[in-house]
Amino acid sequence: MTVLQLIFLLTAAVILGSAAMVVTAKNLVHAALWLIVTLFGAAVLFAILNAGFIAVIQVVVYIGAIAILFIFAVMLTRREMLDRGPQLNRGWPLSAVIAVIVFGGLVWLLQGWDGLTKTAPALGSGFDSLEALSKALVSPDAYVLPFEVASVLLLAALVGAVYIAFQPKGEEK
Amino acid sequence: MTTETLLWLIPLPPVLAFFLIVIFTNRNRALSHTIGVGAAALSWLGSMIVFARALGVHELGKTPFQSTFNWFPTGAAWFKVGVLIDPLGAAVLFFVAITIFMIFLYSVGYHNYGQPAGDHDRKGLPPHGATVTDEHGHAHVVPSIEPMYSRFFAFLGLFAFGMYVLVLSDNLLTLFVGWEIMGLCSYLLIGFWYGKPSARDAAVKAFMTTRVGDVFMLLGIAYLYSATGTLSFREIFNNAGFMQALATTATPILGLSAAGLIGLLLFIGTIGKSAQWPLHIWLPDAMEGPTPVSAMIHAATMVSAGVYMVIRMFPLLSLDPRTMTVVAFIGTFTAIFAATIAVAQNDIKRVLAYSTISQLGFMIAALGIGAYVAAAFHLITHAFFKALLFLGSGSVIHGMEHGVLHVQGEHAGSPQHAGSPQHAGSPQPPQQHIDPQDMFNMGGLRKKMPITFWTFLIGGFALSGFPLVTAGFWSKDEILADAWGHGHLAVFITLAVAAFMTAFYTMRQITLTFLGEPRTKEAEHAQETPWTMTVPLMVLAFFAVTYGWVGIPDHFPGLGGLVPNWFHDFVGHTLAHVPEAPAFSWVPLLTSLGVALGGLFFGWLYYRNVKSAKEDVFQIGVLKNKWYFDEAYNFLFIKPAYWFSETFVYKWMDQWLIDGILHSFGKATQGLGAAIRKYIDVIVVNGFGDLVGYGTKDVGQGLRPMQTGRVQQYMLAALLTVIVVGAILTFFLAA
Amino acid sequence: MIPLSWYLILSAALFSIGMFGVLARKNAIAILLGIELMLNAVNINLVSFWRYNDPSRIDGQVFTVIVFAVAAAEVAVGLALIISVYRRRNTVVADEIDLMKW
Repeated sequence: MTVLQLIFLLTAAVILGSAAMVVTAKNLVHAALWLIVTLFGAAVLFAILNAGFIAVIQVVVYIGAIAILFIFAVMLTRREMLDRGPQLNRGWPLSAVIAVIVFGGLVWLLQGWDGLTKTAPALGSGFDSLEALSKALVSPDAYVLPFEVASVLLLAALVGAVYIAFQPKGEEK
Repeated sequence: MTTETLLWLIPLPPVLAFFLIVIFTNRNRALSHTIGVGAAALSWLGSMIVFARALGVHELGKTPFQSTFNWFPTGAAWFKVGVLIDPLGAAVLFFVAITIFMIFLYSVGYHNYGQPAGDHDRKGLPPHGATVTDEHGHAHVVPSIEPMYSRFFAFLGLFAFGMYVLVLSDNLLTLFVGWEIMGLCSYLLIGFWYGKPSARDAAVKAFMTTRVGDVFMLLGIAYLYSATGTLSFREIFNNAGFMQALATTATPILGLSAAGLIGLLLFIGTIGKSAQWPLHIWLPDAMEGPTPVSAMIHAATMVSAGVYMVIRMFPLLSLDPRTMTVVAFIGTFTAIFAATIAVAQNDIKRVLAYSTISQLGFMIAALGIGAYVAAAFHLITHAFFKALLFLGSGSVIHGMEHGVLHVQGEHAGSPQHAGSPQHAGSPQPPQQHIDPQDMFNMGGLRKKMPITFWTFLIGGFALSGFPLVTAGFWSKDEILADAWGHGHLAVFITLAVAAFMTAFYTMRQITLTFLGEPRTKEAEHAQETPWTMTVPLMVLAFFAVTYGWVGIPDHFPGLGGLVPNWFHDFVGHTLAHVPEAPAFSWVPLLTSLGVALGGLFFGWLYYRNVKSAKEDVFQIGVLKNKWYFDEAYNFLFIKPAYWFSETFVYKWMDQWLIDGILHSFGKATQGLGAAIRKYIDVIVVNGFGDLVGYGTKDVGQGLRPMQTGRVQQYMLAALLTVIVVGAILTFFLAA
Repeated sequence: MIPLSWYLILSAALFSIGMFGVLARKNAIAILLGIELMLNAVNINLVSFWRYNDPSRIDGQVFTVIVFAVAAAEVAVGLALIISVYRRRNTVVADEIDLMKW
């Protein structure tokens, strides 16, 4: 077992463990924090995979924005400071079964694929995908259009979110 | 104008009169009777011209006046209509024309032309009388005019047409046409007073009975046509081949030859038409019609038509001795049978009716034994004196009705009935209404109605066969002579006995009606009838006396040979082989004299002292009730026929079976429809339709709770579906 | 070295856990957390495929960037919705937000 593999296994354990905590934590804030841990683990994975830029984006956007947003939302929607009672709804065994089946199905599907055991191709030294990525995102014969559309989507989401959650003056919370 | 043209024209005036009266002049009585009598006169004139010409033709039998034309086609051949005057036809035409003319004239007076309309008269019933007030304020009841006056002349015209067609025809088809026209007219005229139920029944009875005979006659005609291909008299009789074939072809019926069977079938038509036993029953009932009708039908024309037809077909009948025997038997039996009944009848017209049947029996018997000329002779003389007798009886009845009305008027105006003024002059007196036709209510009428009396006496003597001066003597004697001369002993004796009875009941009739003293008030007040009625009586009486003298046999002691036997020569030449006159013998002559004079004497002797029906010893039940033949036929034929139609056909077959089947179709269809509705329509069709609706609703209702509004449950459902479908696709379908 | 299968199994597991969270959690925000887990699993998948198939092609990363953007937008709008619903209904329990039912 190489070092890389060890690191991978460790990271995987962290990810899966924290993910499990996310879905089972009673306290929502705890769940959000555990999410942050999961996201960190995902960022580590990206780094192992030589996608440095993606790892950074993960931390900045996901953890820095989305997770914080989650915490804000939790704060804004608390009826009481402490969450009481079970946080899983009544049909959770069925959901667990379904989740297991889905997992099993995915694994079974993957089995039939012969490219499963391939290893990572070697990269040249000084390999940096960033330049290629940025070029691809703005180049007209690459992905400028999806990039622009994603921007528009963000704009729409922005406007929409503001509108939906807008609270006129004088209206009670 | 050629004789043939004249022959075609002779039947036309009466039928034209019929149409004119029916369509145009029904309301105008004077015009109607003028047209009627005028038409009869025209036809008589034409007939006389033809007769005169016929007399002038030598050997008329071989070269008769004849003319035919095609009527309608049957396949390759044609049915023809034709006229023929041979000697027989000429002789018969003579008497038919004059009697028809006389009867037309008589009807004017009989139906009281010139009298006022009756008080309560209605169409369909005989007139009752009218009340007139004379200058003294005294109310009389007088005879009233017949309400259906014009109609009578119209029917009489049609009848005359039928008879002329029959007499003038040259083939069986035309003869049958005339035969049937007369059958129809006898129905119309017997039932002339249709308001009387007895008249209606009598009309139907006459028609039905003659119909029975006509069916067989038609069969005979058809057989004859199929055997020879023609119906013309001369074509059949003069064709030796036909006659030979008909005489020798055997038929499966009773071993008769074809000629015999045809002759028998045709003869059955005569049995019906001429009222021979066993189809005699209609003739006495036919007295319900007015008296001119009785004279027309039962003396001059219709019944004579039956005998005429047999005389015409004599060459055919004579081919088979068995048929001749049947004919002779029926004739002889009828003669004596009817005579026995006539002795016990009290109605003046009934006596004459049975007398007619009896005399027709004489003629038929004569034909049966082969006495061709004698039968024709008797036919003609009988027509004259029987028409005379019937018209005379009509005159008597008229006179009696005068008396009846007079007596009624007296009673209505008498002081006893002053308390009921509204009944003054009504025809219904509180007293018993006597029958003006019952001889026992008459008597002594010779003083009140002299012309009627003397003509009736002549007629009666002619009927009885009073020697020498009456035509009846000569014709009847010839029949007896023929019977004796050819050895038909049974026929001879039976006819002689019948002749005795004929004379007896005739004298009975004359004695009761005219001689002695009036037995009732009505008879006392009887009156002679007007000239329109008495002139025909006198004309016919003339012929009843003189016609016999044209047929005096050559070998008659004293008178024979003085005047040639014109009748025998003339009419005898109709046949291909002129029949020989029988050799003279004293036996039939003496027998004839004996029975005639004896019958007359005894009739007068017994009845001059009989005052009422209770004293009459001959009022025997069986004879009065006509040997119960009507009752027998009612039981044997009429009731079964009614049962058959009312019960069997109507109730069982029609109502129960046919209607039952139809109703069962209806019910079955209804039931089927109801069943289809109940089991298929409601349950299946409606059910299916309702099921679609309700089912959808129920399914919807059932599925509704699925939509909980909870997103997670939706997702669960979706995922489950994906898993299931994926599993199916992977494991079962992906090959 | 690390075979591709490890990454893929990891992402499959993460995905399933995220799915469990989505299906089984009461709080609406917790559901969104589960969705985030699922999206992250997808991202891991994408990046590992990029790395193991052909790193010279940059399409995998581009896809991942787009997924980031979409995830952000979706979280923003989703949380805005939840806040809005909370203001009206005074609850964030998913089972209680069931007006769109029969």
